[in-house]
Amino acid sequence: MDFNENFILGCSAIGAGLAVIAGIGPGVGQGIAAGHAAAAVGRNPGAQPKVMQTMLLGQAVAETTGLYGLLVAILLMFVKPLLP
Amino acid sequence: MGHGILLSGGAEVDFNIHGVFQYSFFGHPVWITTSHICILIVMLLLVAFAIAANRCMAKATEVPGSFQNVVEMIVDKLDGMVSGSMGQAAPRYFNYIGTIFIFILVSNISGLLGLRPPTADYGVTLPMAILTFSLIHYNKWKYQKPKTIWADLCSPLPPWLPIWMPINVISAVAVPISLSLRLFANVLSGTAMMALLYGLLGWFATAWPAALHVYFDLFSGAIQTYVFCMLTMTYISNEIGDGTRR
Repeated sequence: MDFNENFILGCSAIGAGLAVIAGIGPGVGQGIAAGHAAAAVGRNPGAQPKVMQTMLLGQAVAETTGLYGLLVAILLMFVKPLLP
Repeated sequence: MGHGILLSGGAEVDFNIHGVFQYSFFGHPVWITTSHICILIVMLLLVAFAIAANRCMAKATEVPGSFQNVVEMIVDKLDGMVSGSMGQAAPRYFNYIGTIFIFILVSNISGLLGLRPPTADYGVTLPMAILTFSLIHYNKWKYQKPKTIWADLCSPLPPWLPIWMPINVISAVAVPISLSLRLFANVLSGTAMMALLYGLLGWFATAWPAALHVYFDLFSGAIQTYVFCMLTMTYISNEIGDGTRR
């Protein structure tokens, strides 16, 4: 079966849109991390720099899965690997 | 367009890497791309700064002047970061971590200078992650007994039953890939976002995108630099352990 080029491009665009839904997970995770960090700073304001540092590190690691989704979307949109 | 992201001009929305000059390397066509040029500019900046810092520190005074103060602050902060997370192995790794920290930081924020950030090229971040990977395994074989390495490799199950080993091997190989992809995708997403903004809004995108540059280039770039160096140090110091050689 061979498809029209425009059909493939359209499907790639839909796939790119679906791929960035992966952003939901890291968003929720980073929010939870930030909330707990805020609670920790509220309980012990003296540890603020250390808590901040740990929170940013954890959030940046949690962000990775979302970035994989973004990468797939960018590949689909701009590199167009599915075109013959 | 072309006023948003220099060295990426051409079509409307374009943040891809472009070949500038082609030459033949033992019969293979090899390209000098815009990434090479941007790395060269970043390197020249760093070398110029290093020479200036060296000149300044050669005639250092007891009460530091303004530039000497800045240089001392940079070294002091980097030293604090490395010794804070590597313990007694810090003096040996200070040079390496400091170098990659400054290089990645200046690369990430070079979007502000109108360059395409070199770290938005997977060919730049992967070698750095492979260096980290080599350092991890060098230190693993230097500081741990082969028996413990084997036991770690089969870790949730006893060492005589290595059916879990392939999973652990895969997770060891995934370290450099996720390390490099994290940096690459973060910087690339910032670059792509700014290119879309400048490309699609045209003249409307004047002055106010500076606020977005602060987030995408400065904040995100600094955080990712910190994360890359922090993870490198954490992985290496995990392998070093308490520092007793086998």
